[in-house]
Amino acid sequence: MAFQSAVITFPGSNCDRDMAVALESVSGTAPHRVWHGESELPERLDFIALPGGFSYGDYLRSGAMAARSPVMKSVVAAAARGVPVLGVCNGFQVLTESGLLPGALMRNASQNFICRTVPLRVENSTSLFTSRYEQGEEIHIPVAHHDGNFFADEDTLDRIEGEGRVAFRYLEPCNGSRRDIAGILNQAGNVLGMMPHPERAVEDAHGGTGGRRLFESVVTRLVDA
Amino acid sequence: MKVHVHVSLKPGVLDPQGRAIHHALEGLGFTGVNDVRAGRLIELDVADDTGDDDLDAMCRKLLANMVIENYRIEKLPEAVDAA
Repeated sequence: MAFQSAVITFPGSNCDRDMAVALESVSGTAPHRVWHGESELPERLDFIALPGGFSYGDYLRSGAMAARSPVMKSVVAAAARGVPVLGVCNGFQVLTESGLLPGALMRNASQNFICRTVPLRVENSTSLFTSRYEQGEEIHIPVAHHDGNFFADEDTLDRIEGEGRVAFRYLEPCNGSRRDIAGILNQAGNVLGMMPHPERAVEDAHGGTGGRRLFESVVTRLVDA
Repeated sequence: MKVHVHVSLKPGVLDPQGRAIHHALEGLGFTGVNDVRAGRLIELDVADDTGDDDLDAMCRKLLANMVIENYRIEKLPEAVDAA
């Protein structure tokens, strides 16, 4: 059966097309494009992506308004049913604001917008998003954000570390994130939020393909299942 | 009823914005500034019978991010009609 995915577009999303191209390139099937005002998602979905950008102009806090938009109720319900949900950059901010992931993404410690390719370590290669990577592997994926400084209290950090929920870690200081955390999973393992942009590292023409196997992990899992 | 909601970062949460303002003040020659924390003021105009529980819920559900921020609700006294 064809891979059924959805890319959600909020007003101000700007990586939704890149996400859709990456998903089609890896899965062979174009994703559904879903507008934020929709209250229902397509029926059978194998994957939902919340793309990067500046939803609602980052008003109030990055991701805050998008997290309260109509479509997010359906996304939260789908996540609870076990549908894999990936949030990249602004999508990660939406996931924390909606309560699907713990912590918060604050202004970069340097106050600067950071736009460059960064080295990451794959900290958990057993998740449905990372199974095609080697445990501890170093990969290179671009970041482009102003609010990527991951914050959670020490108890929460200890808990997510202990549960193997840190998916990716920066190999060098990037934005001030606590414990250099670049991406985290929810407890059930079907929601991943990350600041680096895997959809910008899928083809050789991108300058690197460090993100491609993330999409392959999701797609092959469903094809093999 | 006019209500001011003051949103501020929790103690212990690093405030890069406050730190930058602090440096800028020092750059302008103001000495003796020990610390700067930047927050946000949200002004609401709500129905007079809006309950405290509702105001509290507005803050918790949207106006503040309880992971990193605290909030304080201040109800303003009725403005005296100048006429």
